[in-house]
Amino acid sequence: MRRLFTNTTFDFIGVRRYAYILTAAFFLPGLVLLLVRGLNYGIEFTGGTLVQVESKAPIAAASLRHALDAHGLTGAEIQSFGSDREYVIRARMGGDEGKIEDSEATVAAVRASLDATLQPGQYEIVRHEAVGPKVGGELRQKALLATLLSFAAILVYLAIRFEWRFGLAAIGATAHDVLGTIMFISLMRLEVSLVIVGAVLSVLGLSLNETVIIFDRVRENEHKRLKLDLRAILNLSINETLPRTVLTHGTTLSTMATLAIFGGEVIRPFAFVMFFGVFTGIFSSMFIAPVVLMYIRQRWPVEGGARVAPTGAKRPAPAAVRAPRVGADGD
Amino acid sequence: MRKIRSRLIIIAILAVTSVWALMPRNVTQRVVDSATGRMKDTTVREVPINFGLDLRGGIHLALEVDQSRGAVPDPAEAIRRAERVVRTRINEFGTKEPVVQIFGNNRLIVELPGEQDPARAKGIIQRTAFLEFRITDMKHQFRDALPVIDQALRAAGVHAAGAAPASAVSQLFGGDTTKKGNGKAAGPDTSQNKAGALSALLFQGQSGVAGEFLVPEEQVPAAESLLARPDVQRLIPRGLDLKWSTEVTSLGARAYRAVYAVEDKPIITGEELEKATARRDQMTNQSIVEFTLSRRGGRVFERETGRHVNDFMAIILDGRVQGTPPIIKSQIGQRGQIELGSKTLQDANDLALVLRAGALPAPLVIIEERTIGPSLGQDAIADGIKAGIAGVVLVVAIMIGYYRFAGLLAVLALVLYALYTLGGLAGFGFTLTLPGLAGFVLSIGIAVDANVLIFERIREELAAGKSVRTAMDQGFARAMNAIVDSNVCAILTALFLFQFGTGPVKGFAVMLILGVLASMVTAIFVTRTFFLIWLERRPTMETLSI
Repeated sequence: MRRLFTNTTFDFIGVRRYAYILTAAFFLPGLVLLLVRGLNYGIEFTGGTLVQVESKAPIAAASLRHALDAHGLTGAEIQSFGSDREYVIRARMGGDEGKIEDSEATVAAVRASLDATLQPGQYEIVRHEAVGPKVGGELRQKALLATLLSFAAILVYLAIRFEWRFGLAAIGATAHDVLGTIMFISLMRLEVSLVIVGAVLSVLGLSLNETVIIFDRVRENEHKRLKLDLRAILNLSINETLPRTVLTHGTTLSTMATLAIFGGEVIRPFAFVMFFGVFTGIFSSMFIAPVVLMYIRQRWPVEGGARVAPTGAKRPAPAAVRAPRVGADGD
Repeated sequence: MRKIRSRLIIIAILAVTSVWALMPRNVTQRVVDSATGRMKDTTVREVPINFGLDLRGGIHLALEVDQSRGAVPDPAEAIRRAERVVRTRINEFGTKEPVVQIFGNNRLIVELPGEQDPARAKGIIQRTAFLEFRITDMKHQFRDALPVIDQALRAAGVHAAGAAPASAVSQLFGGDTTKKGNGKAAGPDTSQNKAGALSALLFQGQSGVAGEFLVPEEQVPAAESLLARPDVQRLIPRGLDLKWSTEVTSLGARAYRAVYAVEDKPIITGEELEKATARRDQMTNQSIVEFTLSRRGGRVFERETGRHVNDFMAIILDGRVQGTPPIIKSQIGQRGQIELGSKTLQDANDLALVLRAGALPAPLVIIEERTIGPSLGQDAIADGIKAGIAGVVLVVAIMIGYYRFAGLLAVLALVLYALYTLGGLAGFGFTLTLPGLAGFVLSIGIAVDANVLIFERIREELAAGKSVRTAMDQGFARAMNAIVDSNVCAILTALFLFQFGTGPVKGFAVMLILGVLASMVTAIFVTRTFFLIWLERRPTMETLSI
């Protein structure tokens, strides 16, 4: 029987300070980056025109740029799409008055530029998209709404299946991952397309899945081992589910790697984001969700739940002695 | 043993259903005939999976009512009129399975798979609707001209094709056919004679509408191309036009489309129409469409209907006859009503919508447009398959390498998982998109996860000194909670993605939902069954290859 990471006794809760440092080290610059640079929204969110060109002969990006400038497409972005025979040209719309009819002019200008740089018939426009600014704005709203509503639904579900404390802790860890993934997207300058939104929501599901599986074990151990305090139960549960975590994510990472290598240009960013998401998902489920749960339990103790040992160097507050309050006989 | 057998039967039923859903079948496609440039139907054999526009190429358009040149009072109603109009023009697009649907309450989505010319598509969609009322061929001039047309066709070397089913069909029409057979020998139903090329395709309906002919749906393109021939056009009696219906009626086991011989001049057009509403008459329990004309239109209509009492009046939107032409019962002025008899209120509403669409054309503005070339989609499919195969090979290697025989069982279950997922995709008619392919690969990971959870549990129980049988039972039972909870969460997220996403992202959500459901079935039920069989074979097994 081949076994990995069985019967480990890592102290996950004990190293939480390092986890804080790691999170802060990523989040602080990440937030700054996100605020300063923002996200590179695709035209489906901003509105605009996209033309994808495939040519038989290689094109130099500089000469394409030059030709586009000459035909009045000065603001257009040029991005090579996998090779120097394929390019994506994006022209964003200015303001709310941008009209989709302008996209016809954009395509015509692209054609004219290509005719100038290449022989006619040597290239093909394989994709052409034009999105009005209104649609783009709506899409952004909907992506946000989908994320928030799924958070709410999951909170309700976990509150019913476990109890609200677990739900809140799971949401906290998942929010950490979603935010971290968005920073990663900003850091990598990935274009935010619908596929990327799908990837972010998959990371959400994946991270939540990880947390739920650990919490499921916590719930079980709490019933089984009444003598342990919460910290020990959390550590035990994470350690017990460790082999599964390693194996499952090993396979997920390998399938995402195959997507990144073979999946083509449209899917590759998806695989990148998922790759990052797997790591942050594991991290938050092991180091963030249990700690958050512990703090929540400290703040709002559960009747009959595992005792929460005081965390950190703080000593327990000395027992108070005071006169009985009036009308508090029943306590 | 009986328990195992019933489990195997359920697995087999699911597998057979999936295979059946995925069986290649004949699909009729309307394609442009490269020789003549006209539409023709061809039959292709293919796996019935709907590929999204991003995979097979085509045009996606989103339109809204144009409010920039003056506000439109009721945009939701206007978009319904527009949808009705675009729907009647659907055949002009000449693509397989065009999609015309209302999205939200004021947006129209048009998807044209395979189409590559956005300018042409936009032209068809944005053209102003034209409604007209025309009197049908009351004097049967077209029917009487048929023998001459047949003769001309014969002289030109065109012979009746596929006349064989004609005799079978003629029985469907019962008394009508016999009456006609006795009466006019030159009638269109000439199956008993040596059939002419055109008249072999035309059948008389039961409705008794003058000038109406039914053509079997699969022969419509043949009839269309015959009627479009210049020599046939010349022989169509002066003052008559032929207009096809939008509707397909089935009689017996076959589907027919009606073509009407109508006068070439309308008695009135949509410009004169002011209002049309549907209602159900409480007294007679009939569905009724009431309409009001302009004052000028009312005068013209009064004169024309006065001349045509007891004639049939075809309602034509954009050159296509809508519904069965009603009979003019009496002289009608500015206000009139069309009685639809026992037809549903739904039908009446639809007809009222047609009338309003012709009266108040809705100006549409394009707010989103995507054109995807076919080569792009083929590349994406090829890449997706490559990535899928590589991913599966890796997963198989990891599972068998780590869990040995149990891993092999899981891989077998994974094969069924893939079959169920794809079967569900085809069976429920969902669309496979590029992100959907990624969702499929991702859901393989989810399916594996369920197995891993179970196997790790079994190992723990074995390590705790339980017997093989007990360890297995408890492993499955205890892993269940975790599997259900995590999968429900995944489905919840996917549902919201489905609700708020469009096209490609919807495809991702669908694949994820299907994949998670299939993985629950295979991991919990199928793998368990395999384990039960394994134990059944070797009841004294002391260790588990896991």
